[in-house]
Formats: sequence, structure tokens, C-alpha cells
Amino acid sequence: MNPRRKKRLTIVASILIGIGVVAGLVLYALSQNIDLFYTPSEITAGKKDSGIKPSVGQRIRIGGLVVPDSVKRDPDNLKVTFDLADMKMPIVFDKNDPMIAVYYEGILPDLFREGQGIVANGTLTRDSSGRLYVEASEVLAKHDENYMPAELADAQGKDYKKLEYTEKQLKSKN
Amino acid sequence: MWKWLHPYANPEVSYHFAGRMLPWLSALAALFLSIGIVWALAFAPADYQQGDSFRIFYLHVPAASLSMGIYLGMAIAAFTSMVWQFKLADASAAAMAPVGAVFTAIALFTGAAWGKPMWGTWWIWDARLTSELILLFLYLGVIALHSAFEDKNLAGKAAGILTLVGVINLPIIKYSVEWWNTLHQGSTISKLGKPSMTADMLWPFLFCFIGFILLVTLVICIRFRSEVLSRNSIRPWVRTLVSTQLAATEK
Repeated sequence: MNPRRKKRLTIVASILIGIGVVAGLVLYALSQNIDLFYTPSEITAGKKDSGIKPSVGQRIRIGGLVVPDSVKRDPDNLKVTFDLADMKMPIVFDKNDPMIAVYYEGILPDLFREGQGIVANGTLTRDSSGRLYVEASEVLAKHDENYMPAELADAQGKDYKKLEYTEKQLKSKN
Repeated sequence: MWKWLHPYANPEVSYHFAGRMLPWLSALAALFLSIGIVWALAFAPADYQQGDSFRIFYLHVPAASLSMGIYLGMAIAAFTSMVWQFKLADASAAAMAPVGAVFTAIALFTGAAWGKPMWGTWWIWDARLTSELILLFLYLGVIALHSAFEDKNLAGKAAGILTLVGVINLPIIKYSVEWWNTLHQGSTISKLGKPSMTADMLWPFLFCFIGFILLVTLVICIRFRSEVLSRNSIRPWVRTLVSTQLAATEK
């Protein structure tokens, strides 16, 4: 390679590496703000590396899995409440996991199911007994990257039925 | 080692080489795309949760990966042009930019159309969607710079700098779903290990994907040829080419 090309190669390569390092540092510094949502455990215990906790009254997004049997629906209107728990592999729900309740009034997305990941957008609020909950104005369903035909899902014993309310849920008022 | 490449630095040789590729590329692209799309839309099984809506995957994922792939190609061209001052590299970068922009727009549009029924929203400012939107703006900037200067060498240099700076965005798009919490799900195909879909869903995808790669290559070859012609319009070989073509059409 002749010297002029070599020089240009070093200049271009070093500028690119410099920009890469700068972008990396900026993204690292901003990483907490780039997260789309807080998980339930981050709301109760704070973010893992910085310990940042959302304050009561703050507008936040919360993301997690809908805890089975926690969905309560008011039969007279569109009000619905459910609990969210952290997503972890393998998916198990434990009563002692940090959970945050979500209150929402509106139509839930089609993919909303118990055990499904969702992201809710709303205000973090504390009720009279001191429990934190999210007063949501929007509920979005998150799906995973696994696709399969229904036969295989049946064979694996996956429960993917649309949300159905039991008599008990329909009768219980919030 | 690179000696065999040297003849292609000549615009005339490259022009005719790209021309010879066209029939092969168009035949193969038509073959793969027609098999892939019919298989994907009519015969592949529906997803257990999303039903038939899932089929937009077969357009969305190839478009999104190609939007990044074309950008990488454009960046390599910009890099060679900058280091080796190789003029044809600028022509190929200019040929790639609009194709990449269209595929980015397709990825964003199909993503929005998929997001509305499944997530419940057309758009959300999560890391994956936002970085893909920035990719579209990068493409538009590169296209604007290529056409902003009368002097094509200067235009190539300016657009090349923007292209190379924008390369930082590619790993951000790719890994956004792993580095941050996003509404967008993780990768199904382009990851280490087994793809997260069954074989009867994966095969039509591979046909679609290869078909789209061939289609993109075909369009870029066509655009590259016209770029080469317009950039060399005063060269004798272009003049003879044009006059023989004109004579042939007049007959």
C-alpha cells in the first residue's frame, strides 16, 4: 500500500474508532433513559446498577408479565385491574415476587392474556394502604420472538386461549 | 491477491459486468420470490397466538435486515472510496442509498401495520423503532448530499463521511432489543443458535429472504449502470455506446 493510502486509512480508521467510543460512552450514560419501561422489581427496589426509583406521581411505563388469576374485570364498565410480575426464565410466578397492580379503563389489546408480557403507560400512585399501583392510560401487548403453528403449541401444552373471565372475576368488584 | 479485481476499476468493464448479471439476477429473484411469497402467504402455518397476522413477518424481517445490509454495503463503498479514492465506489454508494431508504421505509411501514393489531399501537419510541427511524433519516441525508453537489467527487466525499459516521447506528439497531427494555421482541432468525420458529415456517422465510436479496442486488445493478453512464457521459466509450443504441432504435 502506498504511503498516502496508508495515511488515509489510519485517519479514517481512527476517526471511526473515535466516534464509536464516543457513541458507546453516550449510550452507556443514557442507558437508563433508553429503557422503554420499568419492571415491577425496578419500581420497588430501583434499577440494578444505579438504584434509580420512579417517584409517586411520576408518569412511567411499566413492563412485565400479567400474573395468572390476577385479572379482575368490572362487569358494568371497562375498568380492569391486574398484577404485573418480572419476566424471568423459566417463566414461573411466585407469590413473593415483587408485583405491581395496574388499573386501567379501556379496551385491552387482542394479545392480552394471563402470563403474557405487556407494557402499560400511566402514573405511579400510592393507595391508602401504602401499596404502589399504576393508573394506566394505555396498555400495549408485547409478544416474544417464538412463532409456531397451533398444533405444536398444543403439543407443548401452551395455554394461548384468549382472555376469558371466570364467574368469580366477573362478580368481584374492584 | 487482489489482482483479479483490478480490471473492474475501469467503469466500462464494470458497466458491462453489471449488465451481464441482470438476466440472471432477474430470473433468480422472480423464481425465489414467487416460491417464497406464495409459500409464506398461502401454505405456511399460521402462528398459534397471532394467527395470519404473523405472515407480515415474511416481508417485515427481510426488509429490515436488508435496510441494514444495504447500509453496510454503502459504508464499505464509502470507506474504499475514501481510502483508495476509487471513483466507482462513490457511484455504487449513490446507487445503493435510495434502495436502502425504500427498504427502511418498508420495514417501518410493515412494522407499524403489524404493531397496531398485535401490540395495540402503530408507533412507540422504543430503542429498536427509534434507531430504525434514524437509519431512514441517515439514508435521506446521504441521498440529499449525493445530489446537493454539482461535483460528484465532492458529493461522494460528503455523503461518504455521513455514511461512515452513521455506521455506529447499525450495531445499535441490531442489539437494541438486547441492551434495553423494548416493546419490540428479540431476534427470531439472526442470532446464535436455533431460529425461534419451526422448520415449516422457516423455509418460506429463507426463500423470501434470498429472493429479496436478489431483487435488491438487481435494482442496485440497474442503478449502478445508470450512475456510471451519467458520471462518464463525456467519455468516448459512453458516446459510442449511446450512438450505437440510438442507431439500433432508429432502425
